[in-house]
Amino acid sequence: MSAEAGPGQVGSEPTIVGVIARHVLLIAGSVLMLYPLLWMLASSFKPEAGIFSNLSLIPPSLNPKNYIDGWNALEVSFSRFYWNSFLIAILVVIGNVMSCSLTAYAFARLRFRGRNILFALMMMTLMLPYHVTLIPQYVLFLNIGWIDTILPLVVPKFLAVDAFFIFLMVQFFRGLPRELDEAAKIDGCGPWRIYWMIILPLSKPVLATAAIFSFLWTWNDFFGPLIYLNDISRYTVPLALRAFVDSTGTSAWGQLFAMSTLAIAPIFLFFLLFQRLIIRGVAMSGLKG
Amino acid sequence: MNGVRKAQTSPARSRFRDEDLPGYLFMAPWILGFLLFTLGPTLASLGLAFTKFDLLSPPQWIGVDNFTFMFTQDQRFWNALRVTFVYLLLEVPLKLAFALAIAMAMDKGIRGGDLYRALFYVPSLLGGSVAIAVLWRQLFQGDGVVNQVLLWLFGVQGPSWISNPETSLYTLVILAVWQFGSPMIIFLAGLRQIPAELYEAASIDGATRWKQFWRITLPLLAPVLFFNIVFQTIEAFKAFTPAFIISGGTGGPVDSTLFYTLYLYQEAFAHFRMGYASALAWVLLVIIGVCTTLSFLASKYWVFYEDER
Repeated sequence: MSAEAGPGQVGSEPTIVGVIARHVLLIAGSVLMLYPLLWMLASSFKPEAGIFSNLSLIPPSLNPKNYIDGWNALEVSFSRFYWNSFLIAILVVIGNVMSCSLTAYAFARLRFRGRNILFALMMMTLMLPYHVTLIPQYVLFLNIGWIDTILPLVVPKFLAVDAFFIFLMVQFFRGLPRELDEAAKIDGCGPWRIYWMIILPLSKPVLATAAIFSFLWTWNDFFGPLIYLNDISRYTVPLALRAFVDSTGTSAWGQLFAMSTLAIAPIFLFFLLFQRLIIRGVAMSGLKG
Repeated sequence: MNGVRKAQTSPARSRFRDEDLPGYLFMAPWILGFLLFTLGPTLASLGLAFTKFDLLSPPQWIGVDNFTFMFTQDQRFWNALRVTFVYLLLEVPLKLAFALAIAMAMDKGIRGGDLYRALFYVPSLLGGSVAIAVLWRQLFQGDGVVNQVLLWLFGVQGPSWISNPETSLYTLVILAVWQFGSPMIIFLAGLRQIPAELYEAASIDGATRWKQFWRITLPLLAPVLFFNIVFQTIEAFKAFTPAFIISGGTGGPVDSTLFYTLYLYQEAFAHFRMGYASALAWVLLVIIGVCTTLSFLASKYWVFYEDER
């Protein structure tokens, strides 16, 4: 009986038992998936001694002590780290959306010599592991005195180094009807006005997707800041968390969990707000990839 | 003006010329970025791979010494390769199996499908974040949550999973498998493109669900599966943050979680052996290139695209 119900069910109506079985499986699965996160949230409110002995997801009280202590546990407060992270992420979003949409417009709409070769090169950079460019980039930034500033993390984004977003936008732009461009051209619009007044306004979904993923990835990024930022006053939230782990070892799990929870809170907020765009963005990257 | 008139006389060729200048102008940021941050550094690191370079004195040409040392004497290099491949060979198939199974369970006409999809995606959203690595460190330590659960369910006292070299790598595999959300969403999108009539026709012909899976679902999903394999494999090669945080940057205990990227990071930024690290980076590039090429070649035998039939 349940044999008729599962995935790719046989044409006719699925049986009740089968549907219930699937729900049970999915609910159990989601609980298992989310338990670690919920447990971390609950533990961030528990007194230090109560964390390990307690598997429950309901804290004894909503005592914000861990949050207050954790926020100021390092020599620089987390307000600073949040600001640093936020500033970098916003600049990266602006850089990516601007530079990648310009490039994608040229690839999708303009016909110029060498376009296909450049497009092939761009696609190749998608595959290139960043380790290959890491060391010469570091040497370059060292020589121009950019180490321990946010410039190495931000400036390249204004030069369209994230090929993934270019690719995403090219796909989208190609789907927009060409008649619009043609009509604008007849009315005397040049490429810039077509890009600015026709293509961009029609492309809000893909621009938003690029902006959201830029923000999420930059917010989460650990490797870049680890290499380029040295002074604690310039740390991003992930770097600060790592410093926190190193300095407290295993003695302050409650505070550590409180700060970890805060570190991923903006990501959850984004997901709540932009769930559709995020999920569509992931699906888009896989189809026609 | 002139251009417009030309375009009318011989459309193809001259229109081409017309858009040369705007084309390059629009492309200018990318071209500059490509030269400065991609092509230039890629070639430079190839050059550095044949040098000894500590950032303080200029690079010193040493021929293929870096590579000879790497392949013949460097135990940690071979160990890092082994760790990375064990991780990858476990993580990618397991992750994709979960992704496909859950995608199929929530495919087609189940109420609340969008909610389930979001819930299962949440862990993947957090990617390689430090916060999650911190959490993992607690979950799998001696008195962590996992052992509490084992004690509660079976009355067994588990070991400290992260400080035991036999098990530490598997905690990272579990972390990666837990984040199966992206391939799951991609599978779901693929599953929704399979026409329901195919299953109807098959069931009228008496095909069991098992058979339908192997004969309809899997073949039609092959392009998506292939994309997921290639993409997840490349991602697995690049994994860094969890191993770094959980092992405190060492890749320990006894190098059991020394991912290739972690080793490269240590050589470059802890020991300042920039030449050697560049050589490591190029070897990684070649390995990823070979793996990708092989999977593309192999895909000719099992992946068929709709328009090819």
